[in-house]
Amino acid sequence: MSAPTEAPPSAPDRAPAAEPAKRVVRIGDRIFSGSTVFAGSLILVVLAAVAIFLIVQSGPAFTANADEVPGPSEDFWSYVGPLVFGTVWAAFLALVLATPMAIGIALFISHYAPRKLAQGLGYVIDLLAAVPSVVFGLWGVLTLARFVQPFYQWLGDNLGWIPLFSGIVSGSGKTILTGAIVLAVMVLPIMTAVCREVFLQAPRLHEEAALALGATRSEMIRMAVLPFARSGIVSAIMLGLGRALGETLAIAMVLSPALVISPQLLTSQNPNTIAANIALQFAEATGKGVNILIATGLILFIITFVVNFVARAIVARRAAFSGAN
Amino acid sequence: MNISRIGGVAAIAIVGAIALSSCAANEAPAGDSSSDAKTYSGTLNGIGSSAQGQAEITWGTGFQTANPDATVNYDPQGSGAGRTSFISGAADFAGSDAALKDEELSQTFAGCAADTKGIDLPVYISPIAIAYNVDGLKDLKLDAATIAGIFKGTITKWNDDAIASQNDGADLPDADIRVVHRSDDSGTTQNFTEYLAANAADVWDAAPSQTYPYTIGDAAKGTSGVADTTSQTANSITYIDESGAGDLSIAQLKVGDNYVKLTAEGASEVVANSPIADGREDNDLAIAIDRTYTSEKAYPLLLVSYMIVCQEYADADKAELVKGYASYVASEEGQKAAAEQAGSAPLSSDLAKKVADAIASIK
Repeated sequence: MSAPTEAPPSAPDRAPAAEPAKRVVRIGDRIFSGSTVFAGSLILVVLAAVAIFLIVQSGPAFTANADEVPGPSEDFWSYVGPLVFGTVWAAFLALVLATPMAIGIALFISHYAPRKLAQGLGYVIDLLAAVPSVVFGLWGVLTLARFVQPFYQWLGDNLGWIPLFSGIVSGSGKTILTGAIVLAVMVLPIMTAVCREVFLQAPRLHEEAALALGATRSEMIRMAVLPFARSGIVSAIMLGLGRALGETLAIAMVLSPALVISPQLLTSQNPNTIAANIALQFAEATGKGVNILIATGLILFIITFVVNFVARAIVARRAAFSGAN
Repeated sequence: MNISRIGGVAAIAIVGAIALSSCAANEAPAGDSSSDAKTYSGTLNGIGSSAQGQAEITWGTGFQTANPDATVNYDPQGSGAGRTSFISGAADFAGSDAALKDEELSQTFAGCAADTKGIDLPVYISPIAIAYNVDGLKDLKLDAATIAGIFKGTITKWNDDAIASQNDGADLPDADIRVVHRSDDSGTTQNFTEYLAANAADVWDAAPSQTYPYTIGDAAKGTSGVADTTSQTANSITYIDESGAGDLSIAQLKVGDNYVKLTAEGASEVVANSPIADGREDNDLAIAIDRTYTSEKAYPLLLVSYMIVCQEYADADKAELVKGYASYVASEEGQKAAAEQAGSAPLSSDLAKKVADAIASIK
């Protein structure tokens, strides 16, 4: 998808400013530039095709009445509301868990670990990214959910006065917190990789200067590395968020969903995510039910778009004074 | 590229060819197919209900064994997807936990001859179990109103009077009831809610639907997910296709004045005594299940799944093949095989005859 990397402006702008005396046009150049233009426009066409499909197919959903909308919802908006909340809430929780981990792992690899160990660890983290989400889903539902259930019970018994931990604790452990842990593991590789690259690019001179002034290694990292890497960390978070918003199968398998808006972390009635809801309901959907599911997909499409725009805006604003350029 | 590398490629190709050709191992040579000498050939693609999945595999294998030149593919995408694919012509037949709806019958069936529609053939009857996981509790007895109360959330403790009064001497724990239900839309939920709406309307005030109507308990994906969650959660209860219940204990159901154990015969009996739905084509055998039918054995909490085929196919060869396959599925042999492999209830002889007549009318 459209990662918030700093894409160069389109090809023609890159022409050298000074006009050469005589232009030699080679056939190879023509083919090459032609194919890049084709590839560049194809992605726009595909994106437009997806958007048109979503808009056309979701049209009937917005006027669906209470009989046609699944479950007890009155209309489309009361159906999609809890799903939007669930999507954002699950992704937010996953990032809260994954961001400190990713920064910690990346700092260990870039500044603490011996070179050999750092390389090996980097490969292992990248391997995590290659594990299919259905495997994470199985692990989540068959192992993790059972493993964490007693901890949830303890949290509910002792810290139940905190709204997040209130409610009847799930007996199966299949709660949104478990889902968020699985999501966090899934977004960890991409976030770690980006953070690691940015940390490695922190200017050597700044680091040495900090150490020369008597800073300890952790002070050096706080003074020289983290401020420099701030925009990189933000873009890592946004990349992770993009993946977390769209993750489908793992959530569909792990979560025990209900049509509710509730921030409680430990109960059996959890708000579902849009993507997981489509995966769960599409097989049995007919008629307007299909339109309604596609319309929820359109909402997800819009959310993802907004997130990407916000991410780009943040990165662009930060880049100005981070020293990264 | 040297010689040994070519040799390696060749070896892989040969191994691959052998491995792939052995895919047809389940199609043992027909040899002495006793009854009718007619054999079928061609490929049949079905899409639909995952509840039927295991049965379709059994039937496909059985049919291909008798007809080595025929291939039956079944993709258990779900009933809704199956009906949609069948109407659009992408599938030659559909497996569905619900009969074709009126609005679907008004559409054009792309794979069928002009102006002809699909027909529903009941081929798979599956009792739905009320399964529970409570330590030391055996032979639980429940009536429909109590089941409705439990699954709606108005009865929350195992030792509630409503349960205790039906289970004299049973060791009911003073624990919360953990309800487990399906998170995906499903024919099982549809049939379960139909049963409760018909038998305990004053408690179960939600309309029957394939989406679970109340916000309560744990939700899990698919029959296997529900079975797994129930067996992992102490003091839980769920509704589940009997074939998927595994080691869970199964409650007895109050039907009329008696408590009835879940049996395949009990389910078949209810279907045999249920009328065919009104207002449909002659050969459309959609069944209006009589959820309130009572007898000594009757078990009205069940699911009927259909094989949906064209009354008249655009392609005559396809019609022949569908007839052959459907005949096998509805035959005593096919029903017995599914009962053994998938735990379904065989069709009663009366209904089997009606289905056979409908199949004979396919053109």
